[in-house]
Amino acid sequence: MSTLQNSRAQVHPRHPTPSFARSVWLVATREIVARLRSRAFLISTGLLLLISIGSVVAGGIASQNQSLPRVAVVGSATQIVKQTEAFRIVEADDVAAAEKLVRAGDVSAAVVPATGEDAPLGVRIIALDSPPLDVLGTLSVAPAVSLLEPSPQSGGLVYLVSLGFGLVFFMSAITFGSTIAQSVVEEKQTRVVEILMTTIPVRALLGGKVVGNSIMAFGQIVAIGLLVAIGMATTGQTGLLGTVGPSIVWFAVFFAFGFVMLAALFAATASMVSRQEDVGSATSPVLFLVMIPYFLVIFFNDNATVLAIMSYIPFSAPVGMPMRIFLGTALWWEPLLSLAILLASTVVVILLGSRIYSNSLLRMGARVTFRQALRG
Amino acid sequence: MLEIRNVNKHYGTRQVLNGVSFGVESGRLTGFVGANGAGKTTTMRIILGVLSADSGTVLQDGVPLTSDDRRRFGYMPEERGLYPKMKVGEHLVYLARLHGLSPASARRNTAELLDRLGLGERAGDLVQSLSLGNQQRAQIAAALVHDPEFLVLDEPFSGLDPIAVEVVMNVLSGFAAQGAPVLFSSHQLDIVERLCDDVVIIADGQIRANGPREQLREQHSSPRFELRTEADAEWIRATPGISVLDLTAGLAVFEAETEAASQAVLRQALDRAPVTSFSQQRPSLAAIFKEVVQ
Repeated sequence: MSTLQNSRAQVHPRHPTPSFARSVWLVATREIVARLRSRAFLISTGLLLLISIGSVVAGGIASQNQSLPRVAVVGSATQIVKQTEAFRIVEADDVAAAEKLVRAGDVSAAVVPATGEDAPLGVRIIALDSPPLDVLGTLSVAPAVSLLEPSPQSGGLVYLVSLGFGLVFFMSAITFGSTIAQSVVEEKQTRVVEILMTTIPVRALLGGKVVGNSIMAFGQIVAIGLLVAIGMATTGQTGLLGTVGPSIVWFAVFFAFGFVMLAALFAATASMVSRQEDVGSATSPVLFLVMIPYFLVIFFNDNATVLAIMSYIPFSAPVGMPMRIFLGTALWWEPLLSLAILLASTVVVILLGSRIYSNSLLRMGARVTFRQALRG
Repeated sequence: MLEIRNVNKHYGTRQVLNGVSFGVESGRLTGFVGANGAGKTTTMRIILGVLSADSGTVLQDGVPLTSDDRRRFGYMPEERGLYPKMKVGEHLVYLARLHGLSPASARRNTAELLDRLGLGERAGDLVQSLSLGNQQRAQIAAALVHDPEFLVLDEPFSGLDPIAVEVVMNVLSGFAAQGAPVLFSSHQLDIVERLCDDVVIIADGQIRANGPREQLREQHSSPRFELRTEADAEWIRATPGISVLDLTAGLAVFEAETEAASQAVLRQALDRAPVTSFSQQRPSLAAIFKEVVQ
């Protein structure tokens, strides 16, 4: 027997069992390569990137073309008007020429030098039929204003940013979530899963799928974020970048963990069915969890209470917390606390998910019930 | 060697395995035979740890198998399946690497195996583009690519054409000849009869027969003899302790109550005329199977 054992050992050198992390990484790499080879994935990613860069560029062009009011200036008034940088200046030779321009409608007003009691600024404004409020507002001295409830961001921008966070989270979660779900069922449907289960621990298989797809999803988010930032910088929207930037970074951090949690949920629920046709109905509870924060943030982005609650619930925190950071309503420790809650729930979901996953993988045919999946 | 000891398993109210015990010796091919639903696949899944038994153990050289031990098994499940959209060669390399092989040895094993199985030129093709028979060969390669120390194959011959059956038989024999234990199930009793050193027969979740093939045939031999002689053998009917089953000129098939009675017939026959053959009838595996399963 011992000689047989020896000869066996020589013919079949033992290969060291790979570590858990190594197995996870091998599975993750296969997932990534499979995604990168999928034409559907490449096309949808390309489209998403094009849309995001397109919207930034369009925003830049729109802001540059904003027509400033044309104002005619004469003599010493030129310097005063130039300082405001709020007008396009048309220089006129004298007051008569300036009046002519006003009458012709070439300019909305003319600013001419003046002296005396009624002209403390040293200028007089000539307009056609009514006082030009924009010119007046810019050139007059306004008293100091104290706002009791200041809103650091304008309403339109708030809406756009909330739509952006909501949409990107929603789209990525749905795209990569359903990709994970399909690849889980593919392994069940093609029965390759039984070989995989005898090769590596089931947790490593689940871990690899979650890691691989999360890397792809996160990579997509980072690519979008970078493109948007570069786009804003090159189209001269640096001011906007400064206000949105920090919340985009937080969004990326929250997304990374939030997506891992969703990915585990998608994988676990998908493992309960055996056919691609059933993936949709099996994963629909998870889809709801993803859709709820999307709609909430769009409809309630001006409601501080709803946003505050959203920013602590793990499923909506990736959208809610960056939104509050953008609005400036979150204290410094709030994102950290919310992130801790998100991390803890991610761990719980992964443990629960891997239990459902391992208990469901070999049950072919009829849909596995939650009770069966949790009990084993 | 591998030992399955007193394994029980039930699904719902149905007992699918009932005190299953048998051994698989190193360096020998063991055939696992049973009707559909007899418990073959369940037993194999329990050996591989894909399913857990209600009770009972699986031991290797007297020590219960761990999941690490099982990683060194080669397994071909009853439900075939590979990733349809992966290339055959890449797929095998992937499986080998999951088993812990280095990239270089994974590629080397893959190339060697595909050549041996006659799939060398298909390495770059997608799995889904292969014919069913070739997918089956790829599946066998998937069970062997990581230099397993033990083979468990569920119906490795189903769906193979006769040429592929020969190829796979050679691969399995070669594997056993290197000292690895090989357990495979099959419906095709003729293949099991030709190939296997040991046979295990299961029915209704119970092991009905188990042991070296020739020993089984011996055990299940009836006291039935065949005598060919150059003269008429009508006299046998009158011999005490003998009942004749079939008698034509020169050929007698009879059952003897004792060994001595059959020897007496042979002696008498030699006295009367030259005997061209005298043998005890050995049942085929199919006959043994029928007998023990009933």
